[in-house]
Amino acid sequence: MMRFIIEKRTTKSKYSVFIVPLVSFAISLLLGAIVLAASKANPFAAYKAMFEGSFGNIRRIQYTLREAMPLLMCGLAVGIAFKLKFWNIGAEGQYVSGAIGFTWVVQFWTFLPPVLLLPVGLLMGIIAGGLWAGVPGTLKAQWGVDETLTTLMLNYVAIGYAEYLYIDHWKAPFGNMGTPKFPDAAILPSVWGRVHAGVFFALALVVILWFILYKTRWGFELNMIGKNPKAARYQGVSIKKNIIMAMLFSGAIAGLAGAIHTSAVAQKLTTGVNGNYGFTGIIIAWMGGLNPFGSIIVAIVMAALSTGAGQLQIALKLPEAMGAVLQGLVLLPLLAGSLFNEYHLRVIKKGAE
Amino acid sequence: MNQTQSVEPIVRMENISKRFPGVIANESVDLTLMQGEVLALLGENGAGKSTLMNMLAGLYRPDSGSIHIRGTHANIQSPQDSMALGIGMVHQEFMLVGNMTVAENIVLGMKDLPFVPDIDSINARIIELSDRYGLKVDPQAVIHDLSVGEQQRVEILKLVYRGADILILDEPTAVLTPGESHELNNIVKIMLSEGKSAIFITHKMDEVIEFSDKVQVLRRGKTVNICNTADVTPKDLANMMVGRDVLFSLDRCPYNPGGVKLKVEQVTVNNPLGGRPLLDDVSLEIHRGEILGIAGVAGNGQQQLAEVITGLVRCDRGNIYIDGMDKTNNTPLSFIKAGVSHIPADRGAMGIVGDMSVGENLAMKKYRTKEISKGVVIKKNFLRMFADKLIDTFSIKTPDQGTSVKYLSGGNIQKTILAREIDSCGGILIAVYPSRGLDVGATEAVRQNIIAQRDQGNAVLLVSEELEELQMVADRIAVMFEGKIMGTRNVKDTNTEELGLMMAGAVSRGA
Repeated sequence: MMRFIIEKRTTKSKYSVFIVPLVSFAISLLLGAIVLAASKANPFAAYKAMFEGSFGNIRRIQYTLREAMPLLMCGLAVGIAFKLKFWNIGAEGQYVSGAIGFTWVVQFWTFLPPVLLLPVGLLMGIIAGGLWAGVPGTLKAQWGVDETLTTLMLNYVAIGYAEYLYIDHWKAPFGNMGTPKFPDAAILPSVWGRVHAGVFFALALVVILWFILYKTRWGFELNMIGKNPKAARYQGVSIKKNIIMAMLFSGAIAGLAGAIHTSAVAQKLTTGVNGNYGFTGIIIAWMGGLNPFGSIIVAIVMAALSTGAGQLQIALKLPEAMGAVLQGLVLLPLLAGSLFNEYHLRVIKKGAE
Repeated sequence: MNQTQSVEPIVRMENISKRFPGVIANESVDLTLMQGEVLALLGENGAGKSTLMNMLAGLYRPDSGSIHIRGTHANIQSPQDSMALGIGMVHQEFMLVGNMTVAENIVLGMKDLPFVPDIDSINARIIELSDRYGLKVDPQAVIHDLSVGEQQRVEILKLVYRGADILILDEPTAVLTPGESHELNNIVKIMLSEGKSAIFITHKMDEVIEFSDKVQVLRRGKTVNICNTADVTPKDLANMMVGRDVLFSLDRCPYNPGGVKLKVEQVTVNNPLGGRPLLDDVSLEIHRGEILGIAGVAGNGQQQLAEVITGLVRCDRGNIYIDGMDKTNNTPLSFIKAGVSHIPADRGAMGIVGDMSVGENLAMKKYRTKEISKGVVIKKNFLRMFADKLIDTFSIKTPDQGTSVKYLSGGNIQKTILAREIDSCGGILIAVYPSRGLDVGATEAVRQNIIAQRDQGNAVLLVSEELEELQMVADRIAVMFEGKIMGTRNVKDTNTEELGLMMAGAVSRGA
């Protein structure tokens, strides 16, 4: 007879940070295989099709990377709020606000010289996203209003407002929805096929965030607040100020992501502006262990799961929604697995007692 | 109490060992308790006292060894098993539901309770038991209206109501006034006369002498000595506990106070939940080179006093001055910059960030300074050197400065806080229960550090529950009761009786 005991670790394991996500990912592939088999699909064929769909040729790799960029940026955005245990699940709305802000500048600030359209537009995206996040941040800091509700609800406000704009108020004279296409000067150039210049922003943000979180006094304070707010306050760190600042920063990044993606990919404000990048960003931040560099890999994996899903449909006649199912399955084992960062399993043989 | 060897002991633990990851809590410990006897289990923190008793109470199971109750082998798997054997334990943290009545708490969770309990007969039984043992409590009272001493009586009543005749009390006097401790002693005496038996866990020598018939000393999980209480002195016990000679008096410079450093003027803090104010018109002054002790039973406003002086709690009325400057309701950071250091009452919840390293915890005040940072960037090598220096100076036992502070023992966590706060102290040190829960060796180190701050000319506010500690360390003692200062005395001009009466609020009743 054997018994299993889950015991608290007495020291942090150096390897669990890497092994836990890897094993969790393997388990999620297994769970996915069960779901695929239940849908009468050969799991091996399905995974092969997905891999080919996302990395099968250069165009597909470029497409996957293009999808990974907004995911990475939204992951970074919510990650900084999560450091504070501030549950910003409103990156989606902040992303959409950024897209609206960008559209407003590039479509209507006709007095700007063309060369300034892009920088001012992106800046407006940053400001719009930041303000959209600053509202729940301020509500929380000043009056303790629960942020999960406010950030979530503001998503639907932003999405609804964007819809109103591209269906009615800002609609182009032709067609039934969407603003006119942006002027050329407002479109981020490509650097490698479908991969556009947004990649520089995304990678720069990774480095900047890593530096802020791990090297600066502000990062130290955010870490203290996230791990023990009472202790942080006792050490003279202002919690209110930091919540508001972190949320402005978080929203600014999500807003920039929205502005960049709208500029380079959709090239107008239209349906599909809320691409779920903000929601998937939550998963990315968690799986990346709130580490900016970790988020790069996770963002690419999550992007590949969604771009590969298209191939499932073509090759195996499976619904494209299967991709979303598989994405969701990635999160569960990982959340369960994070237990093993703090605990470990001990096997006890009955006779030894 | 005059048992002969042939009589079977009521509790016999044999060769008990218990390991936790990385720690041997108990190693081959034997323990016997005779009927009608009080056994004191004495030892420093981490000596394995509570672990040993938790195995008797069914919270832990021994890795090896056996337990016999009334001569029969007992396989205690759960607290229910333990209760069924007549064993009841009062834990350090009371396990009562605050917004329920005494009677409800007493019967809560009893298995044989009918679906609709007969409240009248329960009340009658509680009154009968409380009369019998001198456990004066109103069964209809709601728990959070009771004093800590009364709550403890409810815990004991709960056990006798359920038929316990082997009582385990874990540091029972830690929360009591001297008067209440005396009453507890009487209650235990009545129970013994009825044939019940008791084990109590403590690290205070005077308690052993006052309460027990027999004392068993544990050190690092092993029994060092078992003797009759009548045959030993407190000093013997202290030496057995620590394994070396302990200083009972502390070196200090003569009392020579300077100017006023900190002035608290008629400060009132209202209770957000209503009722009497947490601090009620409190005024006091602390001079440079002086330790002002605050005596009182925990929960009489001491913690709010400390937090109002550090900017953590806002005052509703009154003023606070540091060096004559008005600091009323400034931010915590502003108090830190004015030189206020604070050893908080609740170490785990406020004093440290458990998931951050020892080094980072040590740097939590100084990270803003050139000692650790260059501009906005924290220099990891500066931090490491700074931490190593403090770890060395305050002899903090840790594998290295990168270890998460939560893995340290309670005493070393307290040393980490002490090191940080003393190192960054700029004139005022607020120390709240700095030696609570620490063993003799660590307590001595803490007290010496506090006295050293005074000798260097800093103003120290020392909040303590132990009069003995205040009389040993402080220059003046102010007593708090229900948010008020009952009076301030020079240590030389007062005694335990007077302070004890003030702690119980006697002065306010005009006595």
